[in-house]
Order: sequence, then structure tokens, then C-alpha cells
Amino acid sequence: MAWPLFWITVFPGFLFLCLFAWAMEYVDRKLYAKLQNRIGPPWFQPFADFVKLVSKEEIIPTEANSLMFKLMPVLALTAVLTAFMHIPLWSSKPIISFEGSVIVVVYLLTLPTLAFFLAGWSSSSLYSTIGAVRTLTQLFAYEVPLLLAVLAPALVAHTWSLGKMVEFYGAHPLLTLPNLIGFIVALVALQGKLERVPFDIPEAETEIVGGTFTEYSGRLLGLFRLAIDMEMVVGASLVAAVFLPFGFSLGPVAGFVLYLVKVLFVVFLLALLRTVTARLRIEQMVEFCWKFLAPAALFQILLSLVINRIV
Amino acid sequence: MARVKIPIGPQHPALKEPESFRITLSGERIVETDMRLGYNHRGVEKAAEERTYVQDVYLLERVCGICSHSHSTCFAQAVEEIAGLVVPPRAQYIRTLIAELERIHSHLLWLGVAGHEVGFDTLLMYSWRDREVVMDTLASLSGNRVNYGMNTIGGVRRDFTREQLDGLLKVMDVLEERTKYYIEVATQETTLINRLSGVGSLSHEDAVSLGAVGPTGRASSVDRDVRRDDPYAAYKDLSFKVITDTHNDVYGRTLVRVLELMESYKIIRQIVAQIPDGPVTVKAPRKIPAGEAVSRYEAPRGEDVHFVKANGTDKPERVKVRAPTLANLHSVSKMLENNNLADVPITLAAIDPCFSCTDRMIRVREVSGTKSEILSWESLRLFGIGWYLERGVDFSALNARLTRLEKK
Amino acid sequence: MKKPGKMVCEVLKASLKKPATVRYPHVKFEMPKRFRGKLKFYPERCIGCKACMRDCPSNAIKITKVGEKRFEAEIDLDKCIYCAQCVDSCPKAALEATTEYELASTDRRKLKVIFHAKPPEATDAVAPEKDTPEDSV
Repeated sequence: MAWPLFWITVFPGFLFLCLFAWAMEYVDRKLYAKLQNRIGPPWFQPFADFVKLVSKEEIIPTEANSLMFKLMPVLALTAVLTAFMHIPLWSSKPIISFEGSVIVVVYLLTLPTLAFFLAGWSSSSLYSTIGAVRTLTQLFAYEVPLLLAVLAPALVAHTWSLGKMVEFYGAHPLLTLPNLIGFIVALVALQGKLERVPFDIPEAETEIVGGTFTEYSGRLLGLFRLAIDMEMVVGASLVAAVFLPFGFSLGPVAGFVLYLVKVLFVVFLLALLRTVTARLRIEQMVEFCWKFLAPAALFQILLSLVINRIV
Repeated sequence: MARVKIPIGPQHPALKEPESFRITLSGERIVETDMRLGYNHRGVEKAAEERTYVQDVYLLERVCGICSHSHSTCFAQAVEEIAGLVVPPRAQYIRTLIAELERIHSHLLWLGVAGHEVGFDTLLMYSWRDREVVMDTLASLSGNRVNYGMNTIGGVRRDFTREQLDGLLKVMDVLEERTKYYIEVATQETTLINRLSGVGSLSHEDAVSLGAVGPTGRASSVDRDVRRDDPYAAYKDLSFKVITDTHNDVYGRTLVRVLELMESYKIIRQIVAQIPDGPVTVKAPRKIPAGEAVSRYEAPRGEDVHFVKANGTDKPERVKVRAPTLANLHSVSKMLENNNLADVPITLAAIDPCFSCTDRMIRVREVSGTKSEILSWESLRLFGIGWYLERGVDFSALNARLTRLEKK
Repeated sequence: MKKPGKMVCEVLKASLKKPATVRYPHVKFEMPKRFRGKLKFYPERCIGCKACMRDCPSNAIKITKVGEKRFEAEIDLDKCIYCAQCVDSCPKAALEATTEYELASTDRRKLKVIFHAKPPEATDAVAPEKDTPEDSV
């Protein structure tokens, strides 16, 4: 049997990622509702939303660039799936592992944002153009802190490979404690990448209707929503692998359960951040990221360099 | 940067009711605003002329869902003044009680809507959860959650028992504690303050010259409140503060509304303690003698003005409604100058727009250019038929068929 | 003093409390006693003065005479605005507002509710209500 094909399509590939993404969207929405003293949706709601979207008619505006319009959801989905292959989930050997996989993962996670921009741009509608421009402006704000925060633990571990990083921290668990600042910076920057409140400026419903996704409907919108859910899972797994590298040598079953617990914890923090803040304006967001997040990330890098010298 | 014209409305997620604002943007800065009103015009004033005074109380109540008691009380006050009726004091107190409860529910609703416009859905859920307490109280007191139907010409339709009034005090305790928490959130939550401060500025001179009323004007230090300046119902016996603020922006309007909530709780406590006994209505004649009256009322959104002209029959001759939002809408283009596109929803929401109240017939006199004319009912009908005939649409066959169907 | 995330404590406490929303329609919601819902008509009390018809803002109620001192009422549930002015106007308290509010229907004909007059007394053995042709034979 061709094992790589099984890994890519079923587990931990496409099928597993789909189901896990829907489960995490349910957890996020249920937590959001419970924190607001409401009941919230039933467990099958994300799947029901997907089925409903896929069964509706696709309307492509005449001024839109039809090829790009249809290609962008597929591009976003592919990039997210490929990134998931590189992340160590419960053992220190992800499906694909090589020196430099940290940088490749962060790069692959940038591709969905570019896909959102191109989707909004090729829709050539007023609201989607404004949303597309805001997506790119936001990218310039959170990308640098995210990259720096994720690279800081790599500096201490003397390696660019995610698998080797996890092994290093398994051998020296106490060295994860100085990475706390990086953990917080990475969480806030991840909220920006996922375009959720307080950073959901590109898709601000009350200002520009749907932002980049205004003209999308039907199957294409369903694929975009699925890509966004998967992006949350991949981002949370990356943060869990880099900043919470515990239990990677406990064997497959215990390791898998611990992985689920870690991702749930990260999703809980993201949902809490979503609940207690209001949406920022684009220039306030850029100001916040460059005034607070980037210096914090730089401080973390400095700390990691110092530890690098000592260890 | 090139200029882009973006339409906010008539259908837009930021607006709860349709009006058209066409905004010219340069990048994200607003350069110009073009407003077109009238999408919610329903012909209420004409309909009021075809119904008796008793029926009109219910019609005018449905001008707006949130300030329904304001419109029906204002109308009833005008008619009572023309007919020379003296409303008993207990009825005045009951009217004031329902008015303050309506103010509370309207301001809590506004707080939630403002939170939603800036993406702070948690504030929406919490303030509307507390608003449910007020709605349940109103339903058990008056019989419905909105459109309370309390007023009639000559007084109110229902009386309250002592237990109901004492139960109100417990409700006020709960709401006061929650409102204190919202004041804390509004003054301390960083992201909220960032979105609300410095946005939608309206200086004091502009507020006075553009005629801003209600909390919109009071946030720019315009010290006017009909409850204090021209007391109606039971307000001359009650003591309360008129809240003004010097911030001149959306943040100031938030503070004014939240602090007005605290004042309303004080007023209701005084009403429950001071309400006199007695009848709740006087008999009103069916035919109101000829006369005119102007009646003013402090609705949650500002000053509401009704003009009623009676001619001795049981139907009014003319009813004119000037809602507070119409006075506040003129300030919107001034407020939106030099703001970002992201500030448009919250600036619009900050004047607490109620477009159902606003859209009435106005006669605009042109200073220069084409003259305006007023068409009578029949000539307007013929104008419409001619307009469609010019464009090749003929409704006469359809009209004949409809008349045949109705006769069956 | 400004602090971001001011609502964190309140929000975490609220997640442990009972939800404020209700699983309607699986959980029924009762309105308070004085709620103005669907109208109820007592035909035996009606005297046919039609004050309710005069005062109704939307012409939703129609009283028709079907016999000697017997009236029936036809109420249009879609025209009625549930203001209960007819309840106040009736001099004999023949109308009453119930608390029923789930009145939506997919068929417009179901929204016309007719309250029939009570049948004539059974002790009227001497003079039957209808003049049947057999009597004249």
C-alpha cells in the first residue's frame, strides 16, 4: 500500500484535517457562546454550514477575472494542507521533515493571505477591493512579529527543523520557560493571521459587507471557509509544537491525546481573545503591531540569543 | 489617491433601516457625504387624517418600535390640549413611568448596537440580556414588549397594583448594578475607547447651528432637555440631572446615554414612592372642537414635536410629526468629515438613528433654481399614471381586473 | 485607567452560569397574564352595538347578526394589531385578550377566526327556529 498517499489524503492529511477543522470551529463557536452566556450551536453546525454552502448556486460577477476567482479557494486549501504535513503532531517525526521546515511552514501559511488578497482583487467589486487592500496592509503588520516569535525557540535549539526542535526541547524541558513572551506574541499575531476580532478588519461585516469574500457564494465560499478553519488548526498546531513541546516521546496514542489537549488549549485562548475585545481600525492595528508586538518579539530573540550563548 | 464612491445603504449590514449615504473616499479618508432620505416613508400623516382620534393613538404608536410610547403620548397630549381635558395626576405618573422604562430599554439597545458596529459582540449580548429584564417588566405591566398601548385620549388604559410597583424597585436594583459595570467597561476597555474616541466630532457651535437634539447635542454641551425646560406629564414633580458632556465625539455620546440610564433609575424610584391615588382617565369626547396644538416630548433620541389641527369632527385635519432623528441627521455629514471609512457605522449609530420616525413629507423651498410645487391627492395620482404611460407601462387593464375581483 | 480585556473576569464567570437564552421552540415560553394576545369573544354577552368595529384601528373585527339577539364575530388575525381597544370599548365585556401569541400560519384562510353564536335554547319546542316547508302543509 502506498503509505504516503494514505498519509496525505486520510490521516493526518485531508480527511482528518477536515474533520478536525470542523470540530475546532464547533469548539470555538461554543466557547464564544458560553462566554457570552448563551447556548451556542449544536455539534454538527460547521458541517451543516459547509453542506449548505456547497449545495447553493455559485454566482461569478461578469467583471471578475473568472479563472483567478475560481482558483483562489483551491490555492488557499492546498497551501494549508501542505503546511500541516510539516508540523510534528505527536511524535518528533512529521510526515515531511528537513532543515528549514520552520521557515517553510510560516511561508506556506502566508499563501492563504495572498489568496484572500487576490480573491478580493479579482472580484473587482468596490467592497472586495477595499477588503483586499486591508488584508495586505494587515499582513505587513503581523507577519514580522509572527516570524520572529516562531524563530526564537529555533535559535535556542540550534536547528531550523521542527522535528529536531521538538527533540531538543524534549531533552531540555526547562528551556521552554523563557519562550513565554514569544508564546504571547505568537498568539496575538496568529489572531491577526486568522483575521479574527480584534483583527478581523479585512472582513469587517458592519463596514464593508463581506470584505474580500463579498462576491463569493456557493461552493467557492464553502472552500474558503474550510480553508480558514484549517488555517486555525494548522496555526494552533504550530504554536503548540513550538512553544508547548511536551510529551512527544510518550508513544503514539498518549501523544495524540496530548496533542488534542494542547490544540484545545490554544483554541480556548484564541476564543477568549475574540470575546473580550472590539475590532481595531487598520491604522490602529498597524500601530499596535509595530509599537508593541515587534519590540516584544525582538526582545524574545535577544533573550534566545543570550541563552544560545550560554547553552 | 483616486477617489472612490462607496454606497452605504440603502441595504447595508451597518444600517438597521434603509437610508442611502453615498460616501466619496480617498484611500480610507472620507471626503464627501451625499445623503438621500425617504426609503421608509409610509404615509403615516395622511393615514392619520383618515382615522378617528382613538384609532390614531395606535397608528402613531407604530411610527417607531423603540420610541412608540413617545409618539402616542405626544399626540395624546396635543389632542388633550385642544379639547381642554385635564389628565388626572395618577395617569401623568403612569405615563412618566412607562416613558422612563422606554428610555432605559432604548439606551440599553443602543449600547448593544454600538458594540456590534465596532465588532464588540460581547457587549451586544450582555446589554441585550439585561434589556430582556426591562422588556419582561414592560410586558407584565402594559401587555406587550413594544407598542405598549398604554395611552388613550384623556389618560391611560390600565392601572397598576401596589405589588407591581414595588416589584419594579427590585428590577431597578438589578439594572443599576449592571449599568455600573457597563460604565466601567465603557471607560476602561482599551479597544472600545480607541474606536469611540476622536470619532465623529461635532463642535458646540456646529451642534447649535445644525440643530442637534437629545444625547447627540448634549454630548457637545448643548444643554437642552424638554423634560426640564418645558415639563410635561409628571416631570415638574421629579428631580433629576440633565447630563451633558464636553467630549464632542462618539465617546461623549456613549457616556451621556449610560449616565442618563442611571438618572432614569432614580426617576423611577421617585415615581414609585410618590405616585398619587385616583382615577386613571377622564372621559374624552369623540368630536374634538376646532383648534391647533404643538406638543413636545423628550424621546430617548431627542426632542419629538407633534402638531395636531382639529376641525370639530372625529378625525383630525392635520397631524405633523417631527422626529428627533430628522434634526440629528443634518449633523452627520459634518461629523463624517476627515474620518475613516471604518468610522462610518459607529458615527451613524451614535446619533441613534430611527429612520422610521424620520421619513415624513417635507416641503423644501429652493433658494434658487427650480421651484417646488405641492400636488393634491388626485393630481398626484394622475401624475403617477402619466409617468408610467410615458414609459410604455399601462396599468388600466390590471386595475380593471382587480376591481372585478374585489366586487366578487 | 485603561486596560485591554476588561471583561475577561465577567466573561469567564458567565461561562459557568446557566445560559440566558432558551431553546425555543423546544422549550415553551409563557407570556405574563396581562399580555394582549389572540382575542376571545363571548357571543352570549354581545348586544350588537358595534363599538368595537368603530374603534378598531385596522378593521379587523366584524360583528354580524345571525338571529334575534344572537351575534357572531369574525376576527382577522392578520389585520388585528392586538391593541385590545375593542376589549376596552365593549360595554358588556364580551371580548377578552388571551395570552396566545403563536398565531403564524401558512394558509391565509386559517387566519380568519369566526366565533359562532350559541345555538338557540332547546326548550323552544313551540316555535322551531327554521320555517320548514312541512309546517305549512
